Amino acid sequence: MNPALKLVAQRLALGILLLFLVSILIFVGTIILPGDVAQSILGQSATPEALANLREELGLNEPALQRYLNWLGGLLQGDLGTALTNGQDIAASLGGRLKNTLFLAFWAAIVSVPLAIFLGLLAVRYRERWPDKLISAVTLASISIPEFLIGYVLMYFIGVKLGWAPTVATIHDGMSLGQKLNTIALPVSVLTLVVLAHMMRMTRAAILNVMQSAYIETAELKGLSMFLIIWKHAFPNSIAPIVNVVMLNLAYLVVGVVVIEVVFTYPGMGQYLVDHVSKRDIPVVQACGLIFAAVYIGLNMVADIVSILANPRLRHPK
Amino acid sequence: MSDALLKVRDLKIGATVYPPGEKPHDIEIVHGVSFDLEKGKVLGLIGESGAGKSTIGLASMAYGRGGVKITGGEVWVNGRDILKTGLSDIRSLRGGEVTYVSQSAAASFNPAKKIMDQVTEASIRHGKFSKKEAEARAVELFGKLGLPDPENIGSRYPHQVSGGQLQRCMTALALCPEPDLVVFDEPTTALDVTTQIDVLMAIKEAIRDTGVAALYITHDLAVVAQVSDDILVLKMGDMVEYGNVDQIINAPQEEYTKALVSVRSIDHEEKVPTPEPVLKVEHITARYKGTNFDVLHDVNVELHPGQTLAVVGESGSGKSTLARVITGLLPPRSGNIHFAGRDLSAALDGRSREDLRELQMIYQMADVAMNPRQTVGTIIGRPLEFYFGLRGEEKRKRIKELLDEIEMGDGFIDRYPAELSGGQKQRVCIARALAAKPKMIICDEVTSALDPLVADGILKLLLDLQKIEDVAYLFITHDLATVRAIADSIAVMYQGKVVRYGGKTDVLSPPFDDYTDLLLSSVPEMKLGWLEEVIANRKMESAGN
Repeated sequence: MNPALKLVAQRLALGILLLFLVSILIFVGTIILPGDVAQSILGQSATPEALANLREELGLNEPALQRYLNWLGGLLQGDLGTALTNGQDIAASLGGRLKNTLFLAFWAAIVSVPLAIFLGLLAVRYRERWPDKLISAVTLASISIPEFLIGYVLMYFIGVKLGWAPTVATIHDGMSLGQKLNTIALPVSVLTLVVLAHMMRMTRAAILNVMQSAYIETAELKGLSMFLIIWKHAFPNSIAPIVNVVMLNLAYLVVGVVVIEVVFTYPGMGQYLVDHVSKRDIPVVQACGLIFAAVYIGLNMVADIVSILANPRLRHPK
Repeated sequence: MSDALLKVRDLKIGATVYPPGEKPHDIEIVHGVSFDLEKGKVLGLIGESGAGKSTIGLASMAYGRGGVKITGGEVWVNGRDILKTGLSDIRSLRGGEVTYVSQSAAASFNPAKKIMDQVTEASIRHGKFSKKEAEARAVELFGKLGLPDPENIGSRYPHQVSGGQLQRCMTALALCPEPDLVVFDEPTTALDVTTQIDVLMAIKEAIRDTGVAALYITHDLAVVAQVSDDILVLKMGDMVEYGNVDQIINAPQEEYTKALVSVRSIDHEEKVPTPEPVLKVEHITARYKGTNFDVLHDVNVELHPGQTLAVVGESGSGKSTLARVITGLLPPRSGNIHFAGRDLSAALDGRSREDLRELQMIYQMADVAMNPRQTVGTIIGRPLEFYFGLRGEEKRKRIKELLDEIEMGDGFIDRYPAELSGGQKQRVCIARALAAKPKMIICDEVTSALDPLVADGILKLLLDLQKIEDVAYLFITHDLATVRAIADSIAVMYQGKVVRYGGKTDVLSPPFDDYTDLLLSSVPEMKLGWLEEVIANRKMESAGN
């Protein structure tokens, strides 16, 4: 078997195993949290009988292992359970939220990833000269300012003063794609500014590292132009580290956008999770945790697989 | 002006240096070099490291490596001074009129691209050939250079072919755009001798057939004598001697050239074996973890006190693995090691401090074998503390003695490795090994990374120390000249087996087995026409069989 395929299969198997372990961790984590769900649903004034009834109804009296197996069995069939607080099916109410989060993350990625890589290439081309320093300074500044502050500043200038984009990014299914994109323009800009620096600097560092290689000198001595050397000879050899940092940032775009969602009242997963954490709605928290974990593991797995496939030694063994 | 293809006049090259503890400043590394190269001729640039030969070679492409800058003089290629021409003209010069073959093809090929794309890239970019024409020319060159399966080798990736083959691909890369001049920068130095001879012949024939001119850069005078018309000897950026190859080899005028021609003239009388060997390796078979083939098969050798056993072979022959087995880093699958009258534990964990002390090692790369943040005194003092518990004034006294023994003097005691030359670094490593008062030292290619004259000094030092300290050496090397210089007995290794073993005179005298014969006849000799002679002999032999 081709070693690259073997490694890819290994990564996939490891990813699934990891997800399984994470599910145990999430379940155990939510059990050992202090407090009682029934109590928090019914409030301080609940009678002991009512509490006992509710516990029975929610299955909280069963042994933990049994509850875990029930939960896992449901998960494998796509059943995330029902929310304790409002009795709704979690999968149904989460579905729309997840779609919105992925929508926002997707468009932020479409803008930020090519831009970051292009700026990285540009910084290498003009290394240690003013374009490089300007790019570094601006991206570093944008990552250093808290994202909610950038959010409010953009909202004030672009949304309120200039009126180019709406300040509230609430989208719904009735909107056309164009309307949606206009609505999320501001959060996408903020997210881009937040993730740009990390990816751009990593691209720059990875390519500069490769630029030290003897084969870059060979390319220079072939009389190739600098940009051609960077694009054709250096970039293909720096794909692995670049993909790794890109995937980490994509994961952040899905998992870490809760602040932005709150600032722009965007109906995504982050808001939904925060709402239910405060209500101690354990099944929702578990479901969200598991989805976030799956996104992280999945994207990192993709990064691993791309790195493996980008390595000619593994793709074309002797 | 004559119609020379390449004309260099009073070339001066500078570089920025960053000495530890000082401000970076500019120094001059080439001080006014002039020479001519006519169409279809080969000029050999020869000198030790730091002589400026690669720098001069690259200057003929108006290129400075790293912080190197051309500071003065003229470099005329095809009738214009390339130091005064514009960037776009320089780009069409590089890869079009002048091309380059580097020392390490393995590093100079882009690992992510197919060989064919890299070989034809310059021709296509410079509009010399269409893609199709360039590929046809590449296939023709692959065939001329003796590569197997020339039709298909281009579709492979660099890691899929051997080092010798890749070096030929690099030559094809340089010849593909039909340049006027090729700069060969140590093109065979990284190869085994038996591979070197074939690549050398391929390069020589390619130069002759294409009528291209060449600058041939090397530190090995015997090699350059085989391919050059003229030779320019350089030392520390100065021209020492410039003349035709016959004059330089057979009638050198300058002292420095004479020293280069007569290098490796150490005379070492073979010693007779003693009754009691210090090291006895019996039936060692070993393989690396996670692999399913043996890298050593039933190896038996002996080393006598105060003597030198040279283990010689090409890369992959298992000679370094043997050292790993003896040091305990790689426990063998079967076999025994007797050392100083006792059985040595196969694994490192089972060895006593006394075992460790009496068996020391010196490595090929002296600079990575030392902690760059420790002074010479600390490096040499460490074994004195560890094995003998020496402290303070007593330790310092012993360090000074050791520095004296390696002919460096106690002025070096507070210096850092970065402040030492390559030869001095290796001397410090020798002193560190001697500090443990060992019975035996394993020397793993200790002179391979050094210039011939420096290496000569190290070998002389090792022989002198052997007389004083009565220490035995297991000397691992691929270089037969080194073997001749210092060995008492020799083991020739090939594919994990000892194919020939005995006293130096016996091993180096006929009748030979096939492999030893091939190995010995592949070592370049300092005489004109040697290459053709060997190739002709081999053809005759294979015709006779």
